[in-house]
Amino acid sequence: MSVSVAHLTSDEMVAHHFDSPPLARRATAAIAGASMVIAVVLSALMGGVAPARVLAIGAVVYALSIYVVSRRVEGRRRGFDRLVTTLVTGAFLLVTIPLVSVIWTTIDRGSARFDSAFFTETMRGVVGAGGGAKHAIIGTLIITGLAALMSVPIGILVAIYLVEYGRRNRLSSMITTMVDVMTGIPSIVAGLFAYSLFAVFQGPGARSGLAGAVALTVLMTPVVVRATEEMLRLVPNDLREAAFALGVPKWKTIVKVVLPTAIGGILTGITLAIARVIGETAPLLIACGLAQDTNLNPLSGRMTTLPVMSYYGYVAPGFPPEAGYDRGWAAALVLIIIVLALFTVARVIAKVLQPKGLR
Amino acid sequence: MTNNDTDQRTTSTGAGSFVEHRITVRDLNIFYGKFRAIADVDMDIEPQSVTALIGPSGCGKSTFLRSLNRMHEVIDGATVEGSVQINGVDLYGPRVDPVLVRRKIGMVFQRPNPFPTMSIAENVLAGKRLNQRRLKKNEADEVVEAALRDSNLWEEVKDRLDAPGGGLSGGQQQRLCIARAIAVEPEVLLMDEPCSALDPISTLAVEQLMLELKEKYTIVIVTHNMQQAARVSERTAFFNIEGTGKPGRLIEMDDTAVIFSNPIQQATQDYVTGRFG
Ligand SMILES: Nc1ncnc2c1ncn2[C@@H]1O[C@H](COP(=O)(O)OP(=O)(O)OP(=O)(O)O)[C@@H](O)[C@H]1O
Ligand SMILES: [Mg+2]
Repeated sequence: MSVSVAHLTSDEMVAHHFDSPPLARRATAAIAGASMVIAVVLSALMGGVAPARVLAIGAVVYALSIYVVSRRVEGRRRGFDRLVTTLVTGAFLLVTIPLVSVIWTTIDRGSARFDSAFFTETMRGVVGAGGGAKHAIIGTLIITGLAALMSVPIGILVAIYLVEYGRRNRLSSMITTMVDVMTGIPSIVAGLFAYSLFAVFQGPGARSGLAGAVALTVLMTPVVVRATEEMLRLVPNDLREAAFALGVPKWKTIVKVVLPTAIGGILTGITLAIARVIGETAPLLIACGLAQDTNLNPLSGRMTTLPVMSYYGYVAPGFPPEAGYDRGWAAALVLIIIVLALFTVARVIAKVLQPKGLR
Repeated sequence: MTNNDTDQRTTSTGAGSFVEHRITVRDLNIFYGKFRAIADVDMDIEPQSVTALIGPSGCGKSTFLRSLNRMHEVIDGATVEGSVQINGVDLYGPRVDPVLVRRKIGMVFQRPNPFPTMSIAENVLAGKRLNQRRLKKNEADEVVEAALRDSNLWEEVKDRLDAPGGGLSGGQQQRLCIARAIAVEPEVLLMDEPCSALDPISTLAVEQLMLELKEKYTIVIVTHNMQQAARVSERTAFFNIEGTGKPGRLIEMDDTAVIFSNPIQQATQDYVTGRFG
C-alpha cells in the first residue's frame, strides 16, 4: 500500500487510506466533557445554571464540535455520520422525556394507593379515604373486551375484503374513504353516537357498558382495518399463487396461507387498537356514566372504567381531597400496567406465530 | 369439466393407469389490461412428452404457460381470449371451475415460493391437506418421502422435515416447490424455468424427474437453457417479440431436433445459435 501511494502527498494519502483512524473513545468523551463545561459557563452568562438549559446548550455545542473535529480527523463522510448520529440520538432522547416523565410521575403518585385493598374494594359508600378500583378494573375489562369482540372480527373481515376481493373497485374505495373518515372521528362524537343510539332503544338517559363498548368499537374498528390491511398487503402474491396453483380455493388460501403469514403483524395492530381505546374517557362518561359499585351486566346500568375513575378522582375527590387524588393516580398506574401486560402478551404470541425461517 | 373428469377417470381405469392429456391451443390472445402480451397462438402439446418453450426475456413465455392452467386470470385485469382444450374440453368454457383445472394441471414457478408458515413436510403436503384430504400419518410420510426423493431433496432434509420451509437455500426451496407440485399428482405439469436457481447436480435430478414423469404426464417447461431444452424435450416452441410494447408470438414449433439443427425461420436459427436475444 505505502509503495503504491508513495508519490502522493500526505494529505492524499489520508484520503486513500482505507482504514482511516477513527476518533478514540477518549477523544469523543473529552469533547463531550468540554461541551458540558462550555454549556455551564454559557448558561451562567445567560443567567442561571438550570440543568435543562445546560443540557440543551451542551448538546448543541457537542453536535457542532464533534462534527468539526471528526471532519478534520476522520474525513467528510465520517464527520457527517457523527453529526447525524448525534442529531438522531438527541431527537430520540427528546421524545423519551415526556414518556419517562409520565411513567415516573404515575408510579410516584400512584404507589400511595397501590395496595391490595385497591384491587378488592369498590367505591361504594366511600366518601373520604379508603375504597378501591375493583369495579373500574372489571368495567375496563368488560367494556374493552366487548369492544374488541365487536371490532376485531369486523375489522379483519373488512380488511380481507379490501385486500383480497375488492381490489380497486368502487365499493372498496368507498370503504377506504369511510375508514379514513372514521379514523378522524373525535372520541366524544363516538360517545354521543352510542348514547343516542341506545337512547332510541332504551329511552333517554339509558346508560350501559354495552353503549360504551359500541362507542369504543366506532373508534377501534378503523384502526384494526388499517393495521390488518397493511399486513395483508405485505404477504407476497407468490404465496397466494402457489396455493391457487395447487387447486386451493380462494377462501381457503386466505384462511390457511395468507392470514397465518400475516398473523404476527395483525396481532400487533389489534393490540395497538386496544391500547388506543382502553384509555378513552370522554365517550364513556357519556355512554356509561359513573358507577360506584361493580356492575357485571353490560346490558344495563352504569359502569365505570379506570380512566373515568381517574378523572373523577380529580373532579370530585371528596373530602379530604388527597384520598381521591391518590385513587386517581393509582387507577392510572393500573391502566398503564394493563396496557403493558397486553403488549407483552401480544409480543409473545406474535413471536410464537411468526413465519418460521423468515428472519 | 366435472362430468368430463369422471369420464376420463373411467376410461383411465379401463385402458390403463393413466389418460393421455393432449393440449390444444387455438387463437390464444392474452392480455394484461389493455396490453396484449401474447397474440394469436395455435399450438398442439403432445401427451406423455416434454414440450419446451424458449424465447428472449419478456416475450411472454411465462404468460403463455400461466394461461394453460388458468393462473393468468388471478392477476388484476388479466384476461384471455381464444381456447385451450384438454382432450377436447375447453378450459375457458363457461362451466369450468378454475380451481379444479389447477388441481389437474400443476405448476412450478419461476421464483421459489414455499409457504413460510409451514414446515418442509407440511409444504410438501400442502396441496393434499388444503384440499380437504385427510391423510393418515404413515400415508402422509410416504407422500413426503416420495415427492422429496423425486425432486432430489430427500437426502438434504430428511433429518429436519419439521424445520421451516423458508429456512432452505434458494435452490432447495425450488426443489421443495417441485416436490409440492408433484405430491398432488397432477396430470399435466407446467414448469417455469424450474432449474434457473439450481446447481448442475440438482438440475440433472430435475431433468431426470421430467423424463420419469413424462411416462405418465404431459409436461411443459420454460427454459433459457438451450442444452436443457435439447436434453429433455421432444418438441420445442420458439416465441419472439418484434419490439417493446408488441405482443409475443409463436414463431415456430417443431421437433426439438429440428428446431436446434434445421429450423425453418431465420429468427429461430438466430436465437438458438445465440446470435441475438
Ligand atoms: N403482472 C403483469 N402486469 C402487466 N404486464 C405484465 C405482467 N407480467 C408480465 N407482463 C408483461 O408481459 C410480457 C411478457 O412477460 P412474461 O413474464 O410472460 O415474459 P417471459 O417470456 O416469461 O420473460 P422471462 O424469460 O424474463 O421470464 C412482458 O412485456 C411483461 O412486461
Ligand atoms: Mg418468465
